[in-house]
Amino acid sequence: MTEVGEKFAELDRIIARHRDEPGGLMPVMQEAQALFGALPMDVQEVIADGMGKTLSEVYGVATFYAQFALAPKGKYVISVCMGTACYVKGAQAVLDKLSEYLEIPVGETTEDGEFTLDATRCIGACGLAPVMTVNDDVYGRVTPDQVAGILDKYRA
Amino acid sequence: MDIFRSHVLLCGGTGCTSSGSEQLLEHLNLKLKEYDLDREIKPIRTGCFGLCEAGPIVIVYPEGTFYSHVTVSDIDEIVAEHLLKGRIVKRLLHQEKDVDHTVDMALDQIPFYKHQTRVALRNCGVIDPENIDEYLAFDGYKAMQKALLEMTPEQVIDTVSQSGLRGRGGGGFPTGQKWKFARASQGERKFVICNADEGDPGAFMDRSVLEGDPHCVLEAMIINGYAIGANEGYVYVRAEYPIAVKRLGMAIDQAKEYGLLGKNILGSGFDFDVHIREGAGAFVCGEETALMVSIQGERGEPHPKPPFPAVRGLFDAPTNINNVETYANIPQILLHGPTWFRSMGTEKSAGTKVFALGGKINNTGLVEVPMGTPLRTVIYDIGGGIPNGRAFKAVQTGGPSGGCIPADLLDVPIEYDSLTQIGSMMGSGGMIVMDEDNCMVDIARFFLDFTVDESCGKCTPCRIGTKRMLEILDRIVSGRGRDGDLEKLEKLAHNIKATALCGLGQTAPNPVLSTIRYFREEYEAHIHDHKCPASHCRALLEYLIGENCRGCTACVKACPVGAITGEPRGLHIIDQNKCIKCGACKEKCRFDAISRH
Repeated sequence: MTEVGEKFAELDRIIARHRDEPGGLMPVMQEAQALFGALPMDVQEVIADGMGKTLSEVYGVATFYAQFALAPKGKYVISVCMGTACYVKGAQAVLDKLSEYLEIPVGETTEDGEFTLDATRCIGACGLAPVMTVNDDVYGRVTPDQVAGILDKYRA
Repeated sequence: MDIFRSHVLLCGGTGCTSSGSEQLLEHLNLKLKEYDLDREIKPIRTGCFGLCEAGPIVIVYPEGTFYSHVTVSDIDEIVAEHLLKGRIVKRLLHQEKDVDHTVDMALDQIPFYKHQTRVALRNCGVIDPENIDEYLAFDGYKAMQKALLEMTPEQVIDTVSQSGLRGRGGGGFPTGQKWKFARASQGERKFVICNADEGDPGAFMDRSVLEGDPHCVLEAMIINGYAIGANEGYVYVRAEYPIAVKRLGMAIDQAKEYGLLGKNILGSGFDFDVHIREGAGAFVCGEETALMVSIQGERGEPHPKPPFPAVRGLFDAPTNINNVETYANIPQILLHGPTWFRSMGTEKSAGTKVFALGGKINNTGLVEVPMGTPLRTVIYDIGGGIPNGRAFKAVQTGGPSGGCIPADLLDVPIEYDSLTQIGSMMGSGGMIVMDEDNCMVDIARFFLDFTVDESCGKCTPCRIGTKRMLEILDRIVSGRGRDGDLEKLEKLAHNIKATALCGLGQTAPNPVLSTIRYFREEYEAHIHDHKCPASHCRALLEYLIGENCRGCTACVKACPVGAITGEPRGLHIIDQNKCIKCGACKEKCRFDAISRH
């Protein structure tokens, strides 16, 4: 089976696991997003069929919650925490610098598919404010002039 | 059971994990083996110690030595000196301003902890949250045993009512009353929900309780289920809290294995099961009616009350929903009685409250104080005041639903009603301190921006009204404010408060109203004088080159728009019409000649 075919087979198993669970749609979509990296339309169609929902219901949920993405993100997702504690300590300047350095607006992915820049909700590491994360790596007390050095670590 | 001569506690909360405490634990285990100490000394990963500013934190017992900002190489020294030879590593001891650094202080003597009373957080940073035996050793599941085997459901509810406990999620509704309504409702099935969708930016109390003491929340939910006649519970937790989700899952498995969760708990004939549901990033889901439809797998949009959840809630069944911190108080209330609980706090606000202290404050972290404690005590005695010699300007409580409190109200006691009176609210417990460099108009804009982004769009006042308010604020901070803007903001705010569907919309204008109330002159300076008194709003800044200028031309090269002119070794000038206020010149100037106004 192709790689994509295997993923869809796994999606069927996920659906089977949650089909009879009350309110099982969200867990299915969360697991599907982890599997595919996003919820493109063909995945949403399979979920709608499998869960006995209309496509519009699935699409409605997918677009309501910030966690679900319709298109895949970059290899490295940079998230700058925009919680209040980070904001009052200068997170906006860090975000602006990243946007300038990567030449993309917030919420978008670089052309080479390497970096996605997100402003995220409070991650609760307020003691380290301002905080940014690159995938699972956490950087605390970030200043705008550290931005280039941090990103260069991830460049091939 | 193995006996250890010493225990080394490492904080495994999100703050310390983010600054590398996992690697410390690995390295400590390695070193202990190397020195053959692994059967004498036991490392324990605990929940949050609260003093996140000083993380990663390591505490050595029985001495209670408190090491802060520990690195992997420091671990070598702690093992070789302290654990092997019994010599405390003084250089790593926690240091606080105005305190003698060289004295080894026990935890309760450190100023940060001295003024605190830990009830909801009592086990956080004390026990290993991934080990049910440690919770059991600290009176764990005793309150549940007492409730299930010795008390009727009515007695449980009476005890909670008498304690005066009010909802810690922000609203402050009497918990006992809520339980009574849910008990009185008829239904084949009933549900208990723990609201762990802690969405207020800058608030991490509930996350710390779940990470540090997950069993305590489970125990309270079982008690709640018994009291109202529900056999099933859900914990709705933010997906942004992976450690909390993991530990809660482990706690559920362990409790089932011990027969403390599941069928016929402790032979009482009472069955209870708990499911975890992860949120997917929607602030409005912290609102109880929205949270319930989200568990049902739908868009998390609120609906009007009544019907209240106690009558028709999750899957249309009677439901009781409480927040994490509220639950964390329940086992203690049952064990020590309502009189004990009422002995803390004030008449109308009993007990303690946990706050996440952040922003421009020396000791960022998690604190728990008796209700009625003045804000000043929290900010100066516990929080250690404002860093870098800056002046205090305001403290924000209640997140996007709350308000900013100015310096002359710092002696107001922290209570539900007193905070509402001064235009803020208790909220879930975020407490963000701001100094003179923060612009209050911009802070109001920041919160409105948040609300506009998170508004679910169902009702018009919130969807359109907050957007209009944000547009006005955007205009003001970019120097395009007009006469009458303040009045328009106030009018919109009052209309939204009166007509929005849910709590999120009804409280969304609070940050604007409270900043207008206490910092009106700052708004006026932006609108009429086109000045930002805090020198924060970029569009209103002016960069000027003063007499210190040596004409080195560094600023000319740094300026991205060619706004600076001047002969080498002569005074330079910034063309204000070209300047984009980026500040690049000021950063490059080695002679401190460029000032910002």
